[in-house]
Amino acid sequence: MLPEEINKLIGQACGTSIFEVEKESIRRFADAVGDANPLYWDAEYAEKSKYGSIIAPPGYISAQWYWGHSDKRDPKEPASEVSGLIDVILALEKAGYQQALDSGIDYEFFQPVRVGDTIKATSVIKDIVERSSGDEKAVFLFTETTYTNQNDEIVAITRTTSTHR
Amino acid sequence: MSKQPYWEDVKEGDDITSLKKIATTQMLVKWAGASGDFNPLHYDEHFAETSGVGRPIVHGALKRQWLIQLMTDWMGEEGTLKKFSCRYRAPDYPRPMKTMSEPEEGETWWCKGKVTKKYTHDDEHYIDCRIWVENGKAEVTTTGKATVILPSKS
Repeated sequence: MLPEEINKLIGQACGTSIFEVEKESIRRFADAVGDANPLYWDAEYAEKSKYGSIIAPPGYISAQWYWGHSDKRDPKEPASEVSGLIDVILALEKAGYQQALDSGIDYEFFQPVRVGDTIKATSVIKDIVERSSGDEKAVFLFTETTYTNQNDEIVAITRTTSTHR
Repeated sequence: MSKQPYWEDVKEGDDITSLKKIATTQMLVKWAGASGDFNPLHYDEHFAETSGVGRPIVHGALKRQWLIQLMTDWMGEEGTLKKFSCRYRAPDYPRPMKTMSEPEEGETWWCKGKVTKKYTHDDEHYIDCRIWVENGKAEVTTTGKATVILPSKS
């Protein structure tokens, strides 16, 4: 049985992250992947492309830097003690699930993410499920995140699964 | 990067151009910094051992980005990535460094894919793919799917 502090997180919004997409941060990200796509590196090249500017690699918006990034909560959201995905993981840690393993992700992409965009990410805990096999207990955390830009366009929706032991 | 593929030229069963990657301890440090993932599972020998993975493992999300690059390299600048999924099935271990910039000899990973379906919908031309990462022993450690829109000659 999951402790009540964990159970009550199901269905909760985890607050809203807001972050700016910056050129150097895109380069660091692309460099770490080893991706030399000039759309991420070369402003002159990217400006002549269909995007009209440097873009972030798909997946850039999921970077952990941007989880619970803003401490300003969207005033339309219901008040919640949980102010970001990091807090959910910390609550699981406190309940004894010290190891967090990213299990996978599903993306749907709707718009490119351009350098200079301001992205808002709102996450909802879809489900938290405990499974035991013998002595071993694991908790699966299912989260859905919607990303919108400064024009209120949805740029992407993700569904992530993480495993906590 | 290679020539822009057009939807008409792609067939179900076609291979996606393979992408070679070498994970090193240095790459994992770069990825931790760039992505903000500071889970000690990926850099702390003691933590990795007590967590039961033996030694520090490659971040799942880094493998995700490898597979995303597999698709963005293949689809060309006129292509658009619409959907992407992946699951991390087995751990991968980075090569240690020999010098400040060169890794020791060791594993080479290959990101691969196959076209599973081509179709049109609402005037757009879609390609579905099955994608995966193979480690140095040709074992599949990460699996996934992707959907891209390709330009059409019509």
